[in-house]
Amino acid sequence: MSNPSNEWPLWEVFIRGQHGLSHRHVGSLHAPDAEMAILNARDVYTRRNEGVSIWVVPAAEITASSPSKKGPLYEPSHSKVYRHPTFFDIPDEVGAM
Amino acid sequence: MSADAPFFEWLCRLGDNTLVLGHRVSEWCGRGPALEEDIALANISLDLIGQTQMWLTLAGEVENAGRSADDLAMLRDAWDFRNALLVEQPNGDFGRTMMRQFLFDHFHLLQLQTLADSADQRVADIAAKAVKEVTYHVERSTEVVIALGDGTEESHSRMQAALDWAWPYVGELFASDAIDVQIAERGIAPLPDTLRVAYDQRVTSALTKATLTVPEGRFAHSGGKSGFRHSEHLGHMLTQMQWLQRAYPGAQW
Amino acid sequence: MYAQMIKSESTDDDPEKLAAFQARIDANEKIEPKDWMPQGYRKTLIRQIGQHAHSEIVGQLPEGNWITRAPTLERKAILLAKVQDEAGHGLYLYCAAETLGVTRDELTEMLNDGRMKYSSIFNYPTLTWADMGAVGWLVDGAAIMNQVPLQRTSFGPYSRAMIRVCKEESFHQRQGYDIMMRMAEGTPAQKRMAQDALNRFWQPALMMFGPSDKDSVHSAQSMAWKIKMNTNDELRQKFVDQTVPQAEYLGLTVPDDNLRWNEDTGHYEFSEPDWSEFFDVIQGNGPCNTDRLEARNAAWNDGAWVRDGMHAHAQKKQQTKVAAQ
Repeated sequence: MSNPSNEWPLWEVFIRGQHGLSHRHVGSLHAPDAEMAILNARDVYTRRNEGVSIWVVPAAEITASSPSKKGPLYEPSHSKVYRHPTFFDIPDEVGAM
Repeated sequence: MSADAPFFEWLCRLGDNTLVLGHRVSEWCGRGPALEEDIALANISLDLIGQTQMWLTLAGEVENAGRSADDLAMLRDAWDFRNALLVEQPNGDFGRTMMRQFLFDHFHLLQLQTLADSADQRVADIAAKAVKEVTYHVERSTEVVIALGDGTEESHSRMQAALDWAWPYVGELFASDAIDVQIAERGIAPLPDTLRVAYDQRVTSALTKATLTVPEGRFAHSGGKSGFRHSEHLGHMLTQMQWLQRAYPGAQW
Repeated sequence: MYAQMIKSESTDDDPEKLAAFQARIDANEKIEPKDWMPQGYRKTLIRQIGQHAHSEIVGQLPEGNWITRAPTLERKAILLAKVQDEAGHGLYLYCAAETLGVTRDELTEMLNDGRMKYSSIFNYPTLTWADMGAVGWLVDGAAIMNQVPLQRTSFGPYSRAMIRVCKEESFHQRQGYDIMMRMAEGTPAQKRMAQDALNRFWQPALMMFGPSDKDSVHSAQSMAWKIKMNTNDELRQKFVDQTVPQAEYLGLTVPDDNLRWNEDTGHYEFSEPDWSEFFDVIQGNGPCNTDRLEARNAAWNDGAWVRDGMHAHAQKKQQTKVAAQ
């Protein structure tokens, strides 16, 4: 029986696909260290040509925003509709903009 | 037999190595020590099966007797197999499996790298595809062997035992015989023994990091790549691998 | 299904919080790991996602049984890739469960010592190559019927795992049916294998959806929480309606004398599976329960030194790094 405190830590995996988009979170896995986490990520998360670059981050190192602050963090941007292009009516005659 | 029997035989050595090792590794599926390792082993096996299809298809073309890769894999008896003894050895524990893989991977990579310059374009093309896969196999098996060699007392002693067990099968990979000489003269592949120095450097460097001791002995079993005397294990493997094709001749699956 | 007989855990949380939670679910909001959630929701999900993950892992075994006997190199590669996908799906699901505050090792121990279950279907043996066809066609076919709606489940990590699983699974059922087609148009022996596989897997496949709604445990709460999306009987009926014409196309006979098309309802009528067999299997008396658990325990115990060894090496590397700084 393995020692329970020897459980490989959890890593979050981010992969950048072929088309120059940002790294995207694809899932998690267990690995003893960062080097093995990269190899495991390659084996687990790129079985279907999904990526060209892998980041791994220890799950414990991620600082997340608190769900109870959802209101203050995100709602203020709801009222700033002018940040979105659809806010402005441009006449059709002007052409694509 | 075709006019080019040596080339056919040499291709069978390549294809049978990947076929037999791919089969052995596939035996782990669902039984690995961790999910991530289970998945990684399956990837290695899938690469090797894919390479087998390419090598044995070419072997069939060279033989020119109408045999497909599947015919060669499923309908030859043990004495016609040309894989090295190392790859047909049973999996044992995970340590043996990874040590066998590590020792083969380093040879395999060196071999494929030289084949990129083969005088035979078909060989060079297959090698060019396989070399990318095997570069990764080397990286992974080396990483695991180092980790387990260095890990705990138990993992260290298991890995040392695995190395002692596998080592006498390494020499055969580099032994050159009359077929190798012919193939080398035709510029298809260099003699295997020319790869040994680089191999020893790479393998020793990794094993040192793994805190493992390379056995002193240079004794090498032989009989696999010539087909003269395989181990008893190959026949048992074939009884499984070939069962359906043998039991239902001519059926399409 | 892959998670059968999951009893919703009761909850004695603050009614106001409960109402707000339910309102979020009703508004199709996703619940994320750090959000407040009722204890019962958390516990039920750990059990359900855990069982789902265990089913993927144990589910590797019946198909893994034929990898070394696959009849061609291509079939061997396809089957291996498929069984490997199942390991991946188990991995994604364990990770989803871990966000709820349980570790993968804890879940594994609970599977190994019998405290947690896995789907009844994987306690049946695979006896011929046609079983690889039948498992892909029927078992994956039944599973996908449950997994597609679960992509919309209320718990974010579970939903995301299901999206990935469904994307990857799309080839699984097809490869099974492809094997069945080849067998059904093959030699008399192959046809016999195909029919025999359907005969043995038909009822167990129907049982995958769990007992009839009238006997089912606590599914109302799970449906309200959107961690169960359809009733057992709904999905079973859908499965039969979809599968019978596929069997006819193969020229195979569904082993049910009462099977008939009902013009009025627009559905097939069919016999209830033998539920006493189902409960026997769930209680550990299926044909392969002992073998499956032994195989999982052996893999886990034999792998302990590997996990420990790699962990120890990682620790040493870390110490060297720290010392160098």
